[in-house]
Amino acid sequence: MTTKVEEPPAAPPPPPEAPPGRSPGQAAGLTLLRLLGAVVVPIAAFALLWLTFDFLRDADANRLVLAGVAIVVGGGGVFLLFWAMNSTVNHLPERFREGVRPYVFVGPALVILAVFLVYPVISTIIISFGDSRGEGFVGLDNYDFVFSDESMLRSIRNTAGWIVIVPLVAVTIGLAFATLADRLHRGEAVAKSLIFMPMAISFVGATVTWTLIYSFRPEGFGTNIGLLNGIKQGLGLSPTAWLQQTPWNNLLLMVIMIWIQTGFAMVVLSAAIKSIPDEIIEAARIDGASELQVFRRIIVPSIAPTIAVVVTYMVINSMKVFDIVFVIGNAETNETEVIAERMIEWFFISNHDGRGAAIAVVLFVAVIPVMVWNIRRFREQEALR
Amino acid sequence: MTLTAPLPEEVETEAPPPPGEGEEVRRGGWFVRITILVIVALWLIPTLGVLVTSFRPESVVNETGWWTTVAHLFDSGEWTLQNYRDALDTGGFENAFLNSLAVTIPATVIPITIAAFAAYAFSWMEFRGRYVMFVAVVGLLVVPLQMALIPILKLYSGGARLGGVPIFPDLELNGTFLGIWLAHTAFGLPLAVYLLRNFIGSLPSSIIESARVDGADHFTIFWRLVVPLSVPALAAFAIFQFLWVWNDLLVARIFLGATEENRVLTIALQTLAGSRAQDWHLLTSAAFITMILPLLVFFSLQRYFIRGLTAGAVKG
Repeated sequence: MTTKVEEPPAAPPPPPEAPPGRSPGQAAGLTLLRLLGAVVVPIAAFALLWLTFDFLRDADANRLVLAGVAIVVGGGGVFLLFWAMNSTVNHLPERFREGVRPYVFVGPALVILAVFLVYPVISTIIISFGDSRGEGFVGLDNYDFVFSDESMLRSIRNTAGWIVIVPLVAVTIGLAFATLADRLHRGEAVAKSLIFMPMAISFVGATVTWTLIYSFRPEGFGTNIGLLNGIKQGLGLSPTAWLQQTPWNNLLLMVIMIWIQTGFAMVVLSAAIKSIPDEIIEAARIDGASELQVFRRIIVPSIAPTIAVVVTYMVINSMKVFDIVFVIGNAETNETEVIAERMIEWFFISNHDGRGAAIAVVLFVAVIPVMVWNIRRFREQEALR
Repeated sequence: MTLTAPLPEEVETEAPPPPGEGEEVRRGGWFVRITILVIVALWLIPTLGVLVTSFRPESVVNETGWWTTVAHLFDSGEWTLQNYRDALDTGGFENAFLNSLAVTIPATVIPITIAAFAAYAFSWMEFRGRYVMFVAVVGLLVVPLQMALIPILKLYSGGARLGGVPIFPDLELNGTFLGIWLAHTAFGLPLAVYLLRNFIGSLPSSIIESARVDGADHFTIFWRLVVPLSVPALAAFAIFQFLWVWNDLLVARIFLGATEENRVLTIALQTLAGSRAQDWHLLTSAAFITMILPLLVFFSLQRYFIRGLTAGAVKG
């Protein structure tokens, strides 16, 4: 799919609406009715929705009823709104109708994006030059803080580690697995879906899952039920407080991310491997290439564009990683801070709007080039298919 | 990877046809099988640990590692459902589950509906600024949601003023379902518009033209023709967005809050992990409660699921 927007076919003129042969009185009545409809229908729709939102605010209501109403209203309400707006357009004078209708279709998307993404970007940039309440003007103080505070610098260093190590390991394992699974006689689908499964789990759930593995109890405080310390004790060694081993604990947190994302890399790369024509690989084999040579000289170069897409996707995800570090907790004492987690820390927990915003801006600036490149590659990939 | 019509071959799931007899070069032998088995085992162990622990009584959980159950698989003292009762009831996870549903379903339906209308207009309606608007929407993919959190929270709890003139009313949306729906809608829209326009724009124009000739208006064409034809793309995005919202911690924490009545599953689990980090019988059953629905979606709708996730790879 290229960026070019194909011109849609010229729409034939809409069929005439009002059937001919009505008396002027009837026509006027009809217009009145239409106008009434134009005003009443949307207002009624809005009022109905607003009333239910008010009900949803009511915290005392039964939660099951509340959830049910929320689902029906939230899901159906948006369609109702479009329908109401569209029928309003139908009541407009005919010459405006088809000119207005497209804006009814795209309008809601544009309004929401303007309010919830465009305005915030500008606002965050302004706030980043303000004080702890996001007001006043403190110049570059907040940015100075971002690049001089010890904990912030550590978060930048750690994030740098995340964006290198996570993609590298996840893509390597994913590629190896995809290549090997491709050679299985059977069971390939099952094996792949088991590796992919963690993608369905939340970062919070995954983190809790892994803390069970890293769990630590000092000697004399009960059995160690964490797998790693269980193994150590089984070997007669004393248990380790894994998550407090700086700086290695960072790696242990990255393992969680790798566990989640390897499946993604594997599935995408596997699809790419399967799209390499069999003849090419067979020809190389007939020419006497070893399996390793086939892998290095044919498979890897053929899927290089896909590898690039997967890597950038993971780089972006690693830049914005937040949940894992946040759920493990004690980031500062354990020295596991990352940029996105610092932003939440400064904005929501330490209540310093200016610093929180400055961190967000730094993150934004860091993400832009990777994201632009990623979207471009993604589009090229789509164009190829 | 692609969401253009007509749909490409499935991304995966079917094993390749077995190689011909005597094709020993491919070496689907022991080395391959054992390596695969080891990796799969490594990947399964964490989930298995949670699953097993969640069904063990509290006292047993604290005394022995979960792997020791292998020795007493059929011991009745070894298994219980009490942890789930505790988590759902006293742990408030039943409430959190309902909240998660109330957040996730509308936060999936709303962006899809809005994006589908917009995608239709971008593909099949003529109006000024169409191309510029579309490019602007796609351009917003680069905005990480962290950029939007602070201003939206301020909008929700105080409105916005421009030189003393209120330009956005104070709707007190903070902590409401509507507030979080709108936030998720905005964060999902650029990707949804982009993917759906790719799909809807590649539908054969003859279908839409002939409907126009038959006198159908745009709304009818959209609803009766385009939406049914776009089900694969809609489903793929729906699953992606559903998972994204269901598994989200950050947006829910900020716009819905961590109060007992409001919190969704991820927040409830995170709170539990913070306050009762050693109560593994509760933590594991709670964790499994948060996973059950996405896992069901995963195993029942795997094809759409994978297509949705790979298409969603560019989400900001």
